[in-house]
Amino acid sequence: MRLTCPCCGPRDRREYTYYGAAEFLNRPAPDAGLDAWDAYLHLRDNPAGETRDLWYHDPCQSWLEVTRNTVTHEILAVRALGDLA
Amino acid sequence: MADLIAELAVKGLPVTHGRATLAAFDPGPVTAIAPWPGRVVPGFPAPGQVLAAGGGRMVWAGRDTAFLLGAPAPDLGDLAAVTDQSDGWVWVTLTGADAVAVLARLTALDLRPAAFAPGTSARATINHLPALLIRTAEGFEIAAFRSMAHSLKHEIEAAMTAVAARRAL
Repeated sequence: MRLTCPCCGPRDRREYTYYGAAEFLNRPAPDAGLDAWDAYLHLRDNPAGETRDLWYHDPCQSWLEVTRNTVTHEILAVRALGDLA
Repeated sequence: MADLIAELAVKGLPVTHGRATLAAFDPGPVTAIAPWPGRVVPGFPAPGQVLAAGGGRMVWAGRDTAFLLGAPAPDLGDLAAVTDQSDGWVWVTLTGADAVAVLARLTALDLRPAAFAPGTSARATINHLPALLIRTAEGFEIAAFRSMAHSLKHEIEAAMTAVAARRAL
């Protein structure tokens, strides 16, 4: 498996660290209530198809959002997240 | 004032196994330049670029980071964070006919000249060690965190002996 880092170009999967679902980016407001926080912390979709995850490119220290297809293993998009900081 | 003696971060170099040589390397002063968000530093290298700058080299060293090697630290005002990294990194060179074969055992980087040309830099991992690689006409300049100096030498030398052993068969 290879991911194309927007900074470094196509690199082997061994250079990346998987973090989890891209849902982690959508942090609820502190007063959003128990249900919203429960969903944020514990509930994840497990789609057969397109999904978005967070990956870290260890060498260049970029956080990336990877859109991939869990059925075909196709990598559809890789986006750097630095601008969100 | 006391005249302090600079000690190399890694001992027992240079070392040669077969057709590869690992040697200590002094790049001169190392200054990290990291532009503040939205600021543009003139002469800042694009990913992989190594540029001549002020008698030294400006080397792309990571996302929004460059290392100025072998030249005094510039005054960039409020354009970038400028930090002295001279003592923070350990530098070695890996040269010889089997330098690529040795490095291929340690990194997932595509080492073919078409993908990683002489005169360019790349961030990669040497096994699990985060590293900065600069390809030169003779081989590679490899930098890692100084605290990992011993591990860097150990990993590279293990690969050198393995490549040399196969050559000797």
